[in-house]
Order: sequence, then C-alpha cells, then structure tokens
Amino acid sequence: MVTTSPLLWLLVGLPLLGSAILLLAGRRADAWGHWLGTGAAAASFVLGVAQVMSLASKPADSRTFIDNVYNLVSVGSLHVDVAFRLDQLSAVFVLLITGVGSLIHVYSIGYMAHDPGRRRFFGYLNLFVAAMLVLVLADNYVLLYVGWEGVGLASYLLIGYWYHKPTAATAAKKAFIMNRVGDVGLALAIFLMFQQFGKVDFTGVFSAVGVPGASNVAHGVVTALGLLLLLGACGKSAQLPLQAWLADAMEGPTPVSALIHAATMVTAGVYLVARSNPIFNLSEGARMVVAIVGAATLLYGAIIGTAYDDIKKVLASSTMSQIGYMMLGVGLGPVGYAFGIIHLLAHGFFKAGLFLGAGSVMHAMNDDVDMRRYGALRKVMPWTFGTFALGYLALIGVPPFSGFFTKDKIIEAAFVKGGTSGVIFGVIALFGVVLTAFYMTRLMLMTFFGEKRWADGVHPHEAPTVMVWPKVVLAFGSVAGGFLLIHVIHVQTWLEPVLGTPAEGKPVLSTIVLTVIGLLAIAGGAGAAYMLFGRRAIPVTAPAAGVLVGATRQQLYADSFNEGVFMRPGQYLTRALVYADNRGIDGGVNGIAAFFGGTSGRLRRLQTGFVRSYALSVFAGAVVITAALLLVRVA
Amino acid sequence: MTSPEQVLFWVLGPLSVLSALGMVLARKAVHSALFLAFDMLCLAAFYAAEQAPFLAFVQVVVYTGAVMMLFLFVLMLVGVDASDSLIETLRGHRFAALSAGLGFAIVLCSALGGALGDQAVVGLETPQANGSDNVYGVAKLIFTRYLFAFEVTGALLITAALAAMVLAHRERTTPKVTQREMALARFRGNRPSPLPGPGVFARHNAVDTPALLPDGSPAPGSVPTSIAEDMRRDHPPLPASVMVEEGEL
Amino acid sequence: MSPTAYLYLAAILFSIGSVGVLVRRNAIVVFMCVELMLNSVNLTLVTFSRINGTLDGQIYAFFVMVVAAAEVVVGLAILMTVYRTRRSASVDDANLLKY
Repeated sequence: MVTTSPLLWLLVGLPLLGSAILLLAGRRADAWGHWLGTGAAAASFVLGVAQVMSLASKPADSRTFIDNVYNLVSVGSLHVDVAFRLDQLSAVFVLLITGVGSLIHVYSIGYMAHDPGRRRFFGYLNLFVAAMLVLVLADNYVLLYVGWEGVGLASYLLIGYWYHKPTAATAAKKAFIMNRVGDVGLALAIFLMFQQFGKVDFTGVFSAVGVPGASNVAHGVVTALGLLLLLGACGKSAQLPLQAWLADAMEGPTPVSALIHAATMVTAGVYLVARSNPIFNLSEGARMVVAIVGAATLLYGAIIGTAYDDIKKVLASSTMSQIGYMMLGVGLGPVGYAFGIIHLLAHGFFKAGLFLGAGSVMHAMNDDVDMRRYGALRKVMPWTFGTFALGYLALIGVPPFSGFFTKDKIIEAAFVKGGTSGVIFGVIALFGVVLTAFYMTRLMLMTFFGEKRWADGVHPHEAPTVMVWPKVVLAFGSVAGGFLLIHVIHVQTWLEPVLGTPAEGKPVLSTIVLTVIGLLAIAGGAGAAYMLFGRRAIPVTAPAAGVLVGATRQQLYADSFNEGVFMRPGQYLTRALVYADNRGIDGGVNGIAAFFGGTSGRLRRLQTGFVRSYALSVFAGAVVITAALLLVRVA
Repeated sequence: MTSPEQVLFWVLGPLSVLSALGMVLARKAVHSALFLAFDMLCLAAFYAAEQAPFLAFVQVVVYTGAVMMLFLFVLMLVGVDASDSLIETLRGHRFAALSAGLGFAIVLCSALGGALGDQAVVGLETPQANGSDNVYGVAKLIFTRYLFAFEVTGALLITAALAAMVLAHRERTTPKVTQREMALARFRGNRPSPLPGPGVFARHNAVDTPALLPDGSPAPGSVPTSIAEDMRRDHPPLPASVMVEEGEL
Repeated sequence: MSPTAYLYLAAILFSIGSVGVLVRRNAIVVFMCVELMLNSVNLTLVTFSRINGTLDGQIYAFFVMVVAAAEVVVGLAILMTVYRTRRSASVDDANLLKY
C-alpha cells in the first residue's frame, strides 16, 4: 500500500532553500546566516519526525509515502520522475540525517564562530543535508544518483572549505576524484538496469529482478549489477580499494568530519547496498564480495588507526573500519541487512559525538591535531572528556553502551550465516574488536590522561555551551542508542518490510559465548593499549618505528600503491598522449597545413604583379595550344 | 614572270617587317610610332593590291590618320622625351618572350604551310554578282547583311568617345583662381615682377635654358620648376657663389 | 602570285607584335604593338577574302578597324589617367596587385 504525501518534498526543499539563500545572499546574510542554516536543518528535522510519526501510525504493510513532484524525463520507454519515497528504510535515515545534522549545525555555530566564512559554511552544510535527503528519499536510481553526486559536491566543497591551505585543496580534489571512480560504477549500474529492464525506479527494478527462486533475469546480470553498485558504494563509503580519500578528508572543519565523513555521507554506500537488497539477495557472489570488502576494510581501517598521531585521522580510520562492519553486515544477506543499518544508526550518533569531542579538543589546543602534544585534558575539559568517554565506550562495544548491542549483532550474524566464510568473517570481526579497543584506548590515554605535553602558549579550556550540549545529546545516544534501537524500538522488525525477513538461524557458537569472547577481546585490546601507552610517558615526537609500525604509519602503503599503480602510469600515459598529440597528430595536421602553406607561399611568388609576365604566360599558352592543334591535325 | 604585285610585295614586305622590328626595338616611343605608321602605310598598299581599295583608304584615314595621331598626342602629353631603358628587369623574360614569339611564328607558318599548300585562289578580280566593283560590294554588305553589326559598332564608338571623355576629365577640387587673386598672391609673395622670360641674355631660347642675369649667372626662376628640377638632376648645380637666390631679386 | 605569301608576312608581323607587347615597358609602345598585331590579322582577313572570292573578310577587317579605333581611344584615356596619378607610363610600375 502506498500513500501519497504532498509534503515530502519540503524535507529536501527546506535545507535547499536555506542553502540557496545563504549562498546567494552574500555578505548581507553574514549576521544571521548560521541561524537560518540551523533553522532550516531543524525545521527539516521536525517535519521529518512528523512524517515518520504519521508513517508509523499506518499498518506495517502500508508504510510507504510517495511524493511525485514532477516528471523529469519521459523519453520513449524511459521515465524518470522526481519522486520521493519515504519508507521504513528512508525513515531511519531521514531521522539520522536531520537529527544529527541539526545537532552538528548547532555545534558549528560555536565551532565556526571566529571564521569569516561561517555563512558559506552553513550554506554548504545545508546543501549537504538537502543532497543527502535526496539520496535517501529518492524513489529511483537516477534521483538517487543526483543526491549521490550532490553529497559528493558538498563533501568536496566542505573538505576544501579552507581552500587557501594547499593540503585542504588537494584533499578535496582527492576525495572528489576517488568518488568519481566509484560513481562510474553506480552510473554503469543504472545504465545496465535501463538496458536490461527498461526501468530505473526501485519498484520497477526490484519487481523485474524478482525474488530468489523465481527470477527470470540472468544470474550474470544480477551479479554484475551487484558488483557495480558495490563499486559505487566503495567510493562513497571509503571501502577498499577506494578508501584512501577519507583520512585526507579530515582537512575539512571538524563538524564536517562529524556529519559527512562519519555519520551520514560515508554510510550512503551501506544504504545503497541495503536499498538494493533484492538484487543482492539474488547473487550469492556479489554478496560475498560485499562481505569480503567489508571485512578487509574493517581490518585495514583498524590497523592503520593504531598508528596515527592525528586525532581526527584515528577517528577517520575508525569510521572506515566501522563502515567495514556495516558492509560486512549487509554483505551477509538478510540475516545482516537490518543489523548493518542499526549499527550505522548507532555509529552515526557515537562517532558524531566523538568527532565533536575531537573538535572541542582541537579548539582548545589551537587547532593542533597531534595527540602527542595533548595529554591530561580530562581535568581541563570535563564535559568534553565525559561525552567523549561515553562515545569511546560505545565505540569499543562495552555493555551496556550502544556499540555493544549493534556490533555484537553483526558478529553474531556472521556466525549465524555459518559455513567457513561465516566463521572467517566472524573471527575477523572479533579481531577488529581487539584492534578497535586498542586504538581507541590509545587515543583516550594520549588525549585525556598522562602528563601535559602541550605546546607553549596553549591554554586549553572547556568549549562554549553551544558546543557542549550537542555532544551531551549525542552522548545520550551513545549510551542508550543500541539498546533502544534493538530492544525497545525493534528497528530490525520495523525494517523487515523493506529488507526482508531473515530466516531463523542459530549461531555456530552460542550467543553468550560470543558475547564473552567479545568482551575478552575488548579487554585484551584495551589492556594492551594501557600497557603500551598508559604506563609510560609518551614522547612528543614519534619514536623510530620498526617495519610493521612503519608500514602502518604509511597506511600499509595504500597511497604509495595508488601513486605507483594508478597515478604515475596515468601521468606517463597522459604525457605520452600529450606528446603524441603535439608531435603526432598536431604535427601531422600542422605538417599538412605547413606543406600547403609553404607551397602556396612559393606559388604565390608567380603573382609578380608584372602584367608582362602574365601576358607572357598567356602567349606561351597560346603557342602551346596552337602547337597541340597542329600536332593533332598532322597526326 | 614578275607581276607588279610581286614587285610590290617583295619590296614592301621586307620593309614592313623591318619597320615592325624597328618599332619594337626603338628606344624612343616617337620613333616607334613613326615606324608603326610606316608599317600601316605598307599594309594599306597591300590591301590595295589585294582588291580591297576601300580598306586601303580606311587604313590610311583611320589608322595612320586618326589612331596614330592620337598616339602622338598622348605621347606628347606623357612626354616625348621619355625613352625606355633597354635593360630588362624581369629575369629571363626577354629570352622567354623571344622564344615564345619565335615558336609562335614557326608554328603559325608551318600550320599555314600544312593547311594551305596549293590552295586554289578564287580572287576578287571578277566583278561581284551584286555589284560593279568591290567598294560597291562592301558597301552593300555593310548596309544589308552586316547592318546590325554596323549600328552596334557605331554605338560602341560613341560609348568609347564618352568613356574617353569621362576618363580624361579631371574634377576641379578648388575654386577657380581669378586674376585678381593671382595678382594679390603675387604681391604678397616675394616676386611681384613677372618671372624672367627664358632665353633672355641667353644663347638659346629653349624652355629649359635659364635666363642669364646681368652678371652672367643663370636665373633659376626663368625656367619652369619641374624642368628646373630635371636640370638640377641632370646637370650638377652651379657653385653657390654664382647662384642668385630667388629672394634677392 | 599566290596570296599565301601575305599570310606568312602577317604571321611574322603578328609574332613581332606579340614579342613587342611582351618586352616593351612603355604602355604606349605596348599599345602600338597591339595595333600591329591587329593590323596583321586584318591582312590575313583581307587575304582570305581574296582567296575565297567573297567580300566578308573585308567586312570583318573593317569592323576590326572600327573596334580597334574605339579600343585605342579608351585605352589611351586610361593610360592618361594612370600617368596622371602615377607619373609613369611603364607597365611594370603598375604592379601593386600581386602576392
């Protein structure tokens, strides 16, 4: 059952209008721009809550609102509408985006207070919220792609917000280009859908692919679709092999890192896979690749997170790793879709809170991000420390904080899936828990405990109120989010109409055993970190590293790999093409032109301007013609 | 047997060729014109010998009479004295022109030889069927069969005459100077008296010979300025001491 | 005598006239050479008229004369104009229209 909701477009329209006003009004809006931006996001949140409430009041099988705004393309058999769709899956995303988004808007008022371009910043933030809402509310893949590119644009603008810094400008370009690589996959997937089914809207595509066992679409097509969608998801969600941009994206202002590069945009890949679940349900192979990518990224992110000294980059690699968990979750199939999404929601809260905390710390430390120059901040910044600690406990999965419930479910789902692959995924996920506990404990110890290692002239202070209370709200989410989502609201049940009902299954090991193993893993990782960083002084400059730590500090040579395999050959190819273009093609064309030019230049000399020369040639012609006539006559 | 016509041909033929060559080779245009006039007279004689008395007279009247006079008028306007330099400026042009001309002559002659051979000659000695003599016949043809062409030719001549007038006409761009203005200008200038006449106290009275002043030095004002320029170019100027400046007179 | 001799003479005169056109630079002399060429053509016309025994050749020659007269009138007028503006009657001096 589908209900038409004429107000759905306002969800997107409000932040879009805010963005347009902020970006077009210029300096006139400097004084009140941040309030307008925050208001637009908050209004969108209120409207979103109202819509979701009215959605929830419907019976479970008719919880879908459609708002067909207008017909965008109608060519032959291709029909693309600007149509918004609010169903159970989009609903949770709408609440996450507008809710966390509003909190981060509020936080940004304080964080960006001294930045001359604050109005522009809020314009971009609103643009991002609008684009992200388009992404999750789209009723077809083309509109989803519009939102997909929109968030990419907003991400680019916000990473490069301090474009006068070369590192920020480069990071923005890096993120943009790596995202394009993924976007090609998504675009190709849409092309393939249109070519195969003639449709691009969700209902049409999903009914065309059918359900497992009753599908009349070639298996190869479905697998190809799944892999192409996965490529798009990898680019947007910083999964291997397109992960390298996320750490550099931390060049953007910290609220951006919290909103875009932790809570919402980077999770769009997970949303895409979950949304396309009918396609992935049909292809075991594609699902397996998703899970492998997720597991690999989970480990990769956790490993490189152990070596960064930059607080934001630690959190960024943690984000990468956590999204790896989500991808692993959705890659497991129906048993994992819902838990991937739930982990996404919980993660959105505690990771946003962690980033906001990191932002407060940076704010206090004169924008220094090096944890080796922090230390002993818990007394100076009690509120920040408290909220950050709650986020930390949530992230590493200590009960009863939210990460414990959500991450545990993914691990459990891996074991429920069973088989060799399930066990391997489960073990990897558990090892990820060890590493997560290790690097997060390291971060906590280096930042808030130990000796003062502050640089001269730094006087840390607690953040202003406007920056504190968003963290408090998010910290509440970190504490109770997981339990509420799973055991009170039953999001997994709520999502069932969209994501399918998982078959009942029992994990290979009993749930209690898994939980105990998980807790032991946390204790092991945290303990190791305490042994290494809590009991001895931390040098202000990074000590010389061995092979393993060195490799980790180099992000396992991911950037070097990209540079060596893609960038350098690309540069050589470009240079060769430029050379071939200049010398070969241009040379050929110019050569022909020069040949004719030169020849005409010489031929031109025949035009001496002397009428006697012309007369001579006319006369000579007459002689020749007469002689020819004579010869013909004689012959 | 030598007929009078043969005598005429073999005397005037080589002469006409020689005068044609003379016309091409003469340095001075006036000489060329005279050679051409002689050539045309030769041709008039040939026309007479070839039973074309009307054309012979027209040749004399129109060509040697009118056209050549026109040439001479123009020559005098342009400058009788102007003589061509015989140095060819276009490299290889003279040789190429000569070979082309020679080649054309050879080709034409061989073509004539091949084409005519022993051509039977009808001749115009017998009176034409439509008239008593050739002049009568020509007149009859012109005013009957070629009447339209004749009228058109008349129109062409009138057009040509008008064209010549238009081309030679020079638009006056300044108002005509009256005698009064000229007198005023003369008195305002530094020589109110008339210019010295050419040849005064001089041994020649040619236009380009300056008058001599009482001290024996030439008076520059006595020759037209353009000729004076030529003089200065052709003959180095006299020493400054003997030159009398115009302003001192 | 055979009238063909006149034709050879006309051919020679024509060639001399054409060489004159090519080698002389004074425009008036060039014009004269053109007149010589026209005259030689007239001679052939008259001769052919005699060979064929019809008067049409003479009529053509007559028209050629008339047209030549018109041509000389216009041509010399043009020449005058050119001389007036360029102070030169050399055909080589009027060579601005070139590469």
